[in-house]
Order: sequence, then C-alpha cells, then structure tokens
Amino acid sequence: MSTVAVSPINRAARFYEAPIGKKFVMAVTGVLLFGYVVAHLLGNLQVYSSDPEQINRYAAFLHNPSNAIFLWGARVALLVAVAMHIVASVQLWKQNRTARPVGYMKKDDVPTSYAARTMIWSGPIVAAFVIFHVLHLTVGAVVPLQELGVNQPNVRANVIGGFQNPFLAGFYIFAMILLCMHLYHGLWSMFQSVGLSHPRYTPKLQKFAKIVAILIAIGNCSIPIAVLTGLLTY
Amino acid sequence: MRIVLHIWRQRNATEKGRMVRYEVPNVNQEMSFLEMLDVLNEDLIAKGEDPVAFDSDCREGICGTCGCMVNGVAHGHLPGTTLCQLHMRHFKDGAELYLEPWRARAFPVIKDLVVDRTAFDRLIAAGGFISASTGSPPDGNTILIPKETSDRSMDAAACIGCGACVAMCPNASASLFMGAKIAHLGLLPQGQPERERRVVGMVAQANTELFGSCTNIGECEAVCPKEIKLETIARMNWDFLKANWTGRGAQAE
Amino acid sequence: MELDSKCPTGPIETRWDRHRFNLKLVNPANKRKHTIIVVGTGLAGGSAAATLADLGYNVKCFCFQDSPRRAHSIAAQGGINAAKNYHNDGDSVHRLFYDTVKGGDFRARESNVYRLAQISLNIIDQCVAQGVPFAREYSGYLDNRSFGGAQVSRTFYARGQTGQQLLLGAYQALERQIGRGQVKMFPRTEMLDLIVIDGKARGIVTRDLVTGKLESHLADAVMLGTGGYSNVYYLSTNAKGSNATAIWRAHKRGALFANPCYTQIHPTCIPVSGDYQSKLTLMSESLRNDGRVWVPLKKGDTRRPSEIPEAGRDYYLERRYPSFGNLVPRDVASRNAKLVCDEERGVGETKLAVYLDFRDAIQRLGKQTIKERYGNLFDMYERITGEDPYAVPMRIYPAIHYTMGGLWVDYNLMSNIPGLYVTGEANFSDHGANRLGASALMQGLADGYFVLPNTINDYLASTKLEKVDTSHPAVLEAEQQATSITRRLLDAKGTRSVDSYHRELGKIMWDYCGMSRTAQGLKQALAAIPELREKFWRDVKVLGTGEELNQSLEKAGRVADFFELAELICIDALERNESCGGHFREEYQTPEGEAARDDERYSYVAAWEFRGVGSAPALHKEPLTFEYVHPAQRSYK
Ligand SMILES: Cc1cc2nc3c(=O)[nH]c(=O)nc-3n(C[C@H](O)[C@H](O)[C@H](O)COP(=O)(O)OP(=O)(O)OC[C@H]3O[C@@H](n4cnc5c(N)ncnc54)[C@H](O)[C@@H]3O)c2cc1C
Ligand code: HEM
Ligand code: HEM
Ligand code: SF4
Ligand code: F3S
Ligand code: FES
Repeated sequence: MSTVAVSPINRAARFYEAPIGKKFVMAVTGVLLFGYVVAHLLGNLQVYSSDPEQINRYAAFLHNPSNAIFLWGARVALLVAVAMHIVASVQLWKQNRTARPVGYMKKDDVPTSYAARTMIWSGPIVAAFVIFHVLHLTVGAVVPLQELGVNQPNVRANVIGGFQNPFLAGFYIFAMILLCMHLYHGLWSMFQSVGLSHPRYTPKLQKFAKIVAILIAIGNCSIPIAVLTGLLTY
Repeated sequence: MRIVLHIWRQRNATEKGRMVRYEVPNVNQEMSFLEMLDVLNEDLIAKGEDPVAFDSDCREGICGTCGCMVNGVAHGHLPGTTLCQLHMRHFKDGAELYLEPWRARAFPVIKDLVVDRTAFDRLIAAGGFISASTGSPPDGNTILIPKETSDRSMDAAACIGCGACVAMCPNASASLFMGAKIAHLGLLPQGQPERERRVVGMVAQANTELFGSCTNIGECEAVCPKEIKLETIARMNWDFLKANWTGRGAQAE
Repeated sequence: MELDSKCPTGPIETRWDRHRFNLKLVNPANKRKHTIIVVGTGLAGGSAAATLADLGYNVKCFCFQDSPRRAHSIAAQGGINAAKNYHNDGDSVHRLFYDTVKGGDFRARESNVYRLAQISLNIIDQCVAQGVPFAREYSGYLDNRSFGGAQVSRTFYARGQTGQQLLLGAYQALERQIGRGQVKMFPRTEMLDLIVIDGKARGIVTRDLVTGKLESHLADAVMLGTGGYSNVYYLSTNAKGSNATAIWRAHKRGALFANPCYTQIHPTCIPVSGDYQSKLTLMSESLRNDGRVWVPLKKGDTRRPSEIPEAGRDYYLERRYPSFGNLVPRDVASRNAKLVCDEERGVGETKLAVYLDFRDAIQRLGKQTIKERYGNLFDMYERITGEDPYAVPMRIYPAIHYTMGGLWVDYNLMSNIPGLYVTGEANFSDHGANRLGASALMQGLADGYFVLPNTINDYLASTKLEKVDTSHPAVLEAEQQATSITRRLLDAKGTRSVDSYHRELGKIMWDYCGMSRTAQGLKQALAAIPELREKFWRDVKVLGTGEELNQSLEKAGRVADFFELAELICIDALERNESCGGHFREEYQTPEGEAARDDERYSYVAAWEFRGVGSAPALHKEPLTFEYVHPAQRSYK
C-alpha cells in the first residue's frame, strides 16, 4: 500500500466518513455556537444597565439596515453551523446505536460526568429552545413584539414582558441549565476531539470549561429570575 | 459468605439467551471472583447441569482473557482490576450480582459469558505494528529515548486487550484500545515513519468492524484495568487529523 | 536409536556461524511453494511464524486462546538477559554462556548454550526496532538490572511486564503478516495429534474449540512452540490453559521426551489460601534483594509476626548461607522453605508459608524507596491477599514455575521425527537441569527469530517431500484417534469432575515428585498414578457434547495427557540417581544438604521413547561433554 495522490474532494469525503472527521466538524461548529452564546449573553446583560434604553440602542444598532449584511452573514453562518453540528451528531448517534444491538439488563454508574452521557439529549433540547426562542423574541410568534420604531425592537419590554409569564421564564431557565450541561462537557470535549490533550493542562482545562459553562448559565438564568422576583421591571 | 448470581446463559451464537439465577452458599472471601465461578461450576457439574462458560487463562491480570460485566460494570467495580484479580472480600455477604457478557456488535457472544474479540486482532493487523523484519537492526542504544518518553509509551503499551473499554463505552467504541496502541508506538522514534498509515488503517478498520465512535464520555477510562488514559484517544484524533491534512498514510484503493 | 545432536565441533565461538554457512538455502521463489505449520503463538511460536512468513513461506499458525496475544509468555515479569555488557561490569557472551551452563548444573549442551548467548545480543536490537518499550535511563540509554542472583547487570526489562511487551512485539509482527495474508491464523483451535507420513511430520489434527469441528492441516514441516507442562502439578504459576497435549501426542507418535523430571520451582509465590485455589501467582524474584526471609524459631508459633521478637525469629537463609543469604538460587531457596515448613515452623493459615519481611529495608531505605522499587508487586500482593506488605511481612511459598524438560531436539531444533521442530519451553534444549532467571524469554525468541528460520531451510531444501492430501490413511488414522479420545471422555459419564481428578494428580506429583524426591516416594507415586488414571477414564464426568464450546471437554483431554506425562516424569526422576538443579533426590546430597551430582554416571540427556500407555518407555542417552566449562560442585555458602 503506497501513498497515492487523492483529490481534495474525496479526501475530504473520506475524512468526514470517519467518526473522527465528524467529531472534528462538531468541535469546530461547537466553537462557533459557543462563541455566539457568549456574545449574545454579553448583549443580553445590558438589560441591567442603569440606562434603561441601553439594550434597545444595542438592538437598534444590530437591526440598523446599514449593518444588514453583517447581521445576515452572522445568521447564515450560525444556521449552517447548527445544521452541520446537528447532522454530524445525529449520524454519530445512529452509528453508535447500532454498535450495541443488545443492551445491558443492569448498569451501575461509573465515575464519569452525567453531562457527557447526555450530550445527545441536552443538544436537541437546546436546539428546540432556540427555535422557540427565535419565534418568541425575534419573530414575535409567541407574544406580539413591541417596537419603538422600524427596525427598533423594544427588546427590554419584550424580554421583561415575556418573563413575567412564569411558565415561559421557567422554560427558559430549564433550557439554560441544559445548555449549561451541554457546554459543561462540550467545552473540553472539543479539545479532545481535535486531539489537543496534555497530562498537565487538560485537567485544568476541564475545570475551566465547567466554570465557564456555569457562569453562562448563571448569566442567562439571572434575567428571567430577576424579572420573576421583580428586581427587573420596565 | 453467600452470593446470589444472575448469569447470562446462552448455548451458542445463534440461540437466544436469558438470565438465570444461581446461589453460591459457600463462598470464602479469600477466593478470586473466577474461583467463585469455579465453585459454582463444580456444583453445577455435580448436579448434572451445564457449567457456565467463561474465559480465563493467566488469572493474574495480564493476559486479558477474562472479563464480564458485574452489575453493568466491566471487570466489576474495583478500579484498575481485572475480573480474575477481583477478590470476594470486596463484596458483602448476600450480595446479588448480575453477570453479563461484553456487549457490542463487534464482539458477538459465543456462549454464556464468552465473546469473540478477534475484531481487536484485525485492528492491530490493520496497522498496529512497526514493520521491522527480523535481521540485524541497529544496536538498541543507537536510538536514544528519554526516560519520560519511554515511560509514557509503556503506560499505553500496558493495554491487555481485554475489551472492557468497548463493553463499558455507551457507544461500544474501541477508541481507548486503539488510542493505547497508537500512543505506545507513536511516542517512540521507531514508530514515526508509519505513524500516519497506522492511524488511517486502524480507524478505517474500526469502522468496518462496526465499533461505535468516541464522544469523549470517559467510561472506558474508568473501568480500564490498566488505567489507560483518555489522552491516548486525543492522540489518535490528532494523528488522524494530521494524516488527513498532509494526505500521508492514505491507503491505495 | 542413535541420537545425533548434530552439534558442530571446533572453536565454540564460530560454531553457529560455520554451521549456518553449511546449511542449504531455499530460494525465494521456492519458499512460496512451502507451507509450514506453527503451533503456538508465544515468544517461540509467534516470533517464528512472523519471521518465516516474512521470509516468504506460507504459514498456518494455531493457538488455543482467543487471540495469539494471550500466549502465556505474556505473564513473564522480570526480564530478559543479553550479554550486551552496556555497563562494563565484566559481562560477555562467554560469561553468559558460562553462567547458563553452570546454572543448569552441567546438564545442557555447550554448543546450544553458546549460540543462545551469542544471539541474545540480536534479540534486544530486534525488539527495540519493533517498539518494545524497554526501561531507559534518563540519558535515554537502555537500563539493566541484575536478576536471579547474577553478578552482572544484564537483564533488560519493561516495568514488571517484560514478557508482555516482548510478546506484543512478536504478536504485532505476526498480525502484520496475517494482514498481508502470509499467515493464516487459527485462534481457539487446539492441536490434538501429529500426522506422520512415511516417517516425516506432515501435519496436525486440530479441534475448533468453538464448533468442535475436527480438521487436518497438512504442510511440509511442523513446529511446536506450545510451552511448558508445569500444570501437571495442577497448582503452578502457569496459565490455566497451559498444557502438554501437543508435545505429548507428538511423543506418542515417536518424538523422544527429554529430561521430563527437570522441573523448576520458584521460591517466591503467593501461598495457597484454600482448596478452591485455581492457580498460584508468582512474585518477582527481585523482592529477595531487599526482603528478609524468616520463620519463627518455635514450632507451631501462632503469634502475629509483629509480636515475635528478634530473638524468636530464624532468618534461616542468612544463617545457612552467610555469603549469599536471601539471594541463594531458586532451587536452594525453595528447598529450605519446604524444610522449615516440614519442621512445623511454617506460618499463615495453612502453615505452608514463610515470611518475606521488608521491615528492615523500610527502616533502612524509607517507605518511598521501597515503593519505587516494588510498588506494583506490593499492590498485586495486597490485591490478592488483602494484606499490606508495608505493614506486615509477605507470606511466600515455592511453586512449580517452569519445566526444563521437553521434546528432544538436535542443534537445528528438529526432533527425532524429521520435519518436526520444537522451540521454546516445549523443547529441552538450553537450560540443563535448572534455568536461570530471565533466560527463558531469551531462549524463546532466539529459537523463533534466529535459529529455526535458518535451520528449517536446510530441511526443506534437502528433503524430498511427496504430495499428500487429507485422504491419506495416516491422516484418517490420526483423525480417528482424536475422535475416539473425545468419545471416550464424553461416554465415561462418571461421577467426578475433571478438575477434581486434576487436583488429585497434582497433589501426588507435588508430594512425591516436587521440590525434593526419594526413590521410595517416587515408587509410591508410580503406583498411585496409573490407578488414578484408570479411575479417571472410567469415572470422569464430562457434560455436554463435542460439537460445541465445551471447556470441561478441553480440560479433560489435557488432564488425560497429564496423567501419562506425570508417570514419565516420575520414571525419569527415579532413574536419575543423583541430584542436579531442579531435580533433588534426598538420597543424593552433600553433608551441607546441597544437590550432589554424579557426573560419572549421569552426565547425559535422558531421552524417552513411548512404548504404549502403561508399558515401560525406552531410555536413550545422549552423552554430554564439556570442553569449555568444567563441571564443579555449586556452592553458595
Ligand atoms: C509467571 C511467570 C513468570 C515468568 N517470568 C519470566 C522471566 O521474568 N524471564 C524469563 O526469561 N522467563 C520467565 N518465565 C518463563 C517464560 O515466560 C516461559 O518459559 C516462556 O514464555 C515460554 O514461551 P513459549 O513460547 O515457549 O510458550 P508459551 O508462551 O506458553 O506459548 C504456548 C503457546 O502454545 C499454544 N498451545 C499450547 N498447547 C496447544 C495446543 N495443544 N494446541 C494449540 N496451541 C497450543 C498456546 O496457545 C500458546 O500460544 C515466566 C513464566 C511464568 C509462568
Ligand atoms: C440538535 C442540537 C444539538 C445536538 C444533537 C448536539 C449534540 C452534540 C453532541 C453529541 C456533542 C458531543 C460531541 C463530542 O463531545 O464528541 C456536542 C458537542 C458540542 N455541542 Fe452540541 N448539540 C446540539 C446543539 C448545540 C448547540 C445549540 C450548541 C451551542 C449553543 C452546541 C454546542 C456544542 C459544543 C460547544 C460542543 C463541543 C464540541 C465537541 O465536543 O466536539 N450544541 N453536541
Ligand atoms: C435568558 C437568556 C436569553 C435572553 C434574554 C435572550 C434574548 C434574546 C433577544 C431579546 C433576542 C432578539 C434580539 C433582536 O431581535 O434584536 C434574541 C435572539 C436570539 N437568541 Fe436569545 N436570549 C437568551 C438566550 C439565548 C440562548 C441560550 C441562545 C442559544 C443557545 C439564544 C439564541 C438566540 C438566537 C439564535 C437569536 C436570534 C438572533 C437573530 O435575530 O439572528 N438566546 N435573544
Ligand atoms: S484499553 Fe484497557 S480496557 Fe481497553 S482493552 Fe486495553 S486494557 Fe482493556
Ligand atoms: S467511553 Fe466511549 S465515548 Fe469515548 S471516551 Fe471512552 S470510548
Ligand atoms: S485471566 Fe488473564 S487477565 Fe484475567
């Protein structure tokens, strides 16, 4: 068997065919999605700004037609990333299911993270949340959205108004916790997936990933909670 | 002490099996787990019942022949221990244990607790070696290997090929086994020339054997009797990405 | 029968080279036309199969385990010797040769041993090239330790798993050839008989252990690397599956069995804890470097070791062998342990154990140092016994560990049946009456990598081998034979399990033909064994059928052979009226209780010819001559 020239296309195909290839795709898209979550969180935290109009100005800035290309660019990128991420994970999941046709009657746990075992569930739930969430706060299909003007959603009002409904707020919090679990494992897992591991640094990285995931959850959950407890009002 | 066992009985690969309940009333806590099964089998033979088939050979934790799931944990709950090295003093009197064979499509059951692990051999044949024909290689000391490197290589080389990692992995993935071999050889200077071909060959073979893929769950590491580290899997991933990036190690069609 | 060892003569340093030059070669094109059967995938079999396939021969390879990687070589701990003299401590090929001949108590062939010492150099290089992770020093150079009481550091090791790493090297080379299609591997397949056609070994009959299917495989030559027969004693440090079936059935087809009574006992094993015991675990000999062996002075002293004051302890090895102390050779250490236990001074539940105490070493060097040196061994001990050897002394007792005897082979490793080669522990060749630590791995690999692939060419090139197929009467007769044995075992439908018989046989052997032997004891054994064998055939209870995975049936076949071999061991032990190496006859000892050889009358290899079950075997003698190492009484005072 000698090394032969393979065209980039079917080299890429063969690469993706292998589970490690799919994992690589998941890791890379995972990074993107993670990046979005962080950026989005920072944007959202502006509701706490002493200036009640701060977050709306931010939204207006995003929606400003002159930024449309960037906005849509970002949306498309995210959409593609989520799509690839999901496709890859579902393909892996299907392969892995067939790898053990007969399961065990009894299975005690061994010391590993629960989050790791449930990636395939936390993921879709988060995705489902995102769809609902977009319908809720971007499209306005759940509750009609208030606007200050064209391309100027009254984000502050929409968010606070929405979270005053305890069921809605509750669902958000639930989703945020699952996202936390997903990242809790995912944030170090992606390094492992691309082959970055080091006896000394990996344990540190794992701790760090967990902290980040929890911080994100706290940040996100704080908003509905703040509204429910009446700390955050119009 | 008294032990209650629920053991998977299956006459052969084709017939379907079931769990059967047995009691071993006269267990001595100095016995090894397999000696406890020996005692059970002696009773069964006396009663004229077919003894439980299970694999074992060295019974000192090095050959990798033994192993089954004990309450769903490969080789039992004691970390870093093969089934043959697990002793009954670690169980409570009257304990109720469920014994099942390794379960994976790549490891079909042959009989009772005995499974077919030849897929592991085919993984090695697909690249888990250094091609060094017998002859007159250079003196062993012409290749200097830092102690740390050879120690890390030895850590990975300690794999006994028992299959517990596959049995425990929720995805029935052989990644820890493959990673161990790839790290053992890939860490050594002698292993460099074939590094890419090795990983490409083994990963492709794992796919045809229908092993699952690794999603970094880590249960394999938790039950590995030789405490092989997840790091070895990362190493395999890295080598695989590198091989695909450089295009080296591509098998000719 | 004339036994021609085919040993070259002339200066010993060049014998192997000259011999190799005189051997005929098979040209590459013709190699493809030859098929060679290799039974066994241990260091001896695996290395041979891989090398022969690499040379271009078609190889069919067999093992009873589910993978070639599980051969019992995997269990070897301590290390492998090689006369590299990396440490300039006076080692040399000649010294390794000398030590091995002396260690073997002058019952080995000088030519073979010298070749072994020479090849030891290539082995290490070959294994390093394969990626065996031998221990290294910080400088990156290969590390060595001194082992088994050798005065030089010539032992190469990979942690406590040297055998495993060497075997994986051979196994990976073998898998490579399997991948290339040059070797056809048959795991879970047991050899049940040898096919001999007009005087030449031409094939084997096997049983597929999963389906029970009997099959005949034909070839131009057959190699057996099927390991040792320590399991005759039931309890040994060998794996449960280790057996003598392959060599014994070959013996029944005419291959001579040499020096069966040379069995080695390892002094530092974990003692038996009860009658359910299924095997014994060895603790590396290196422990004796720092541990002190003792028993209470008083008979039947039941106090805990910590309660026994210095004055109440008998460090018997240090007392009797001031200069070597706890480092006396295996046979001496073992015999003395038995002695003190016979004096009812043994310790532990069964009173069949002595203490190996690290208290003083820990005081002297600190717990940390001891941990670094023996950490994994201490862990293993604790895992098995549940006792912490840092706090309480280890309990140890000798156990059967290795068998120097085996099928007789000439310098080319060919038995007296043309075309039947025997390598590794299965042959008798290089260790004489006692094997030195770390030299069995060396022999297995020397035979498989370097000797056999050279010598087998000569046979194939110079022998006319006519075509045969599986319809040949000899093939049918062999298959017939194998089937009838299986039938008889299944049809006995008796009352007792195979294991119960194996245990009973083992006890007889251990009591009468174990660490020390007497004419009278051996005669008792020779009366008891045939009796038990008869009973076994009448009364053994093997359930199930022959057409399935049937582990009782596998065991039964092996035990049946152990019965016959056990008898031969005792006959040989009785015939050899001297003590040498692993064979200690109480009647023949020096005033200090050391083995007393009788070079006048017994300086020969005892090669036994099978004459039918129950009828006396015929003895053929191969005289041993020593030109380079002059026989002397071993002394470790
Ligand atoms: C616990 C222990 C520790 C040891 N430590 C050391 C050490 O430190 N240094 C050292 O030099 N030596 C050591 N030895 C001795 C050494 O390991 C063995 O002598 C050596 O490995 C034997 O190798 P082998 O290839 O001849 O046989 P094995 O490795 O036993 O291989 C036998 C092969 O034959 C096959 N086989 C057997 N019967 C049949 C059959 N009927 N049909 C088909 N296949 C069959 C088996 O499947 C196996 O593949 C140790 C031995 C033991 C038991
Ligand atoms: C249907 C939707 C989703 C599914 C099925 C899914 C599934 C998975 C799975 C199985 C993994 C584990 C990969 C591995 O560790 O080997 C993973 C990793 C990851 N996921 Fe998701 N996920 C989904 C959505 C999301 C979303 C919305 C985000 C971000 C907000 C996200 C972020 C990540 C990250 C960062 C990783 C780590 C990458 C890696 O481990 O390779 N995922 N996902
Ligand atoms: C409590 C936490 C959250 C709040 C308050 C919140 C708030 C908002 C708001 C107000 C918008 C509309 C912005 C606009 O139209 O200008 C929005 C859009 C969005 N949010 Fe969130 N969000 C939260 C959590 C999340 C999480 C965890 C995710 C992803 C995992 C997410 C994904 C999105 C997406 C994809 C959009 C659509 C962006 C676009 O219009 O292109 N949100 N969010
Ligand atoms: S990696 Fe561990 S669990 Fe897997 S085969 Fe090797 S030793 Fe067994
Ligand atoms: S448990 Fe399975 S998912 Fe990977 S980390 Fe181990 S192989
Ligand atoms: S029997 Fe060899 S590892 Fe358990």
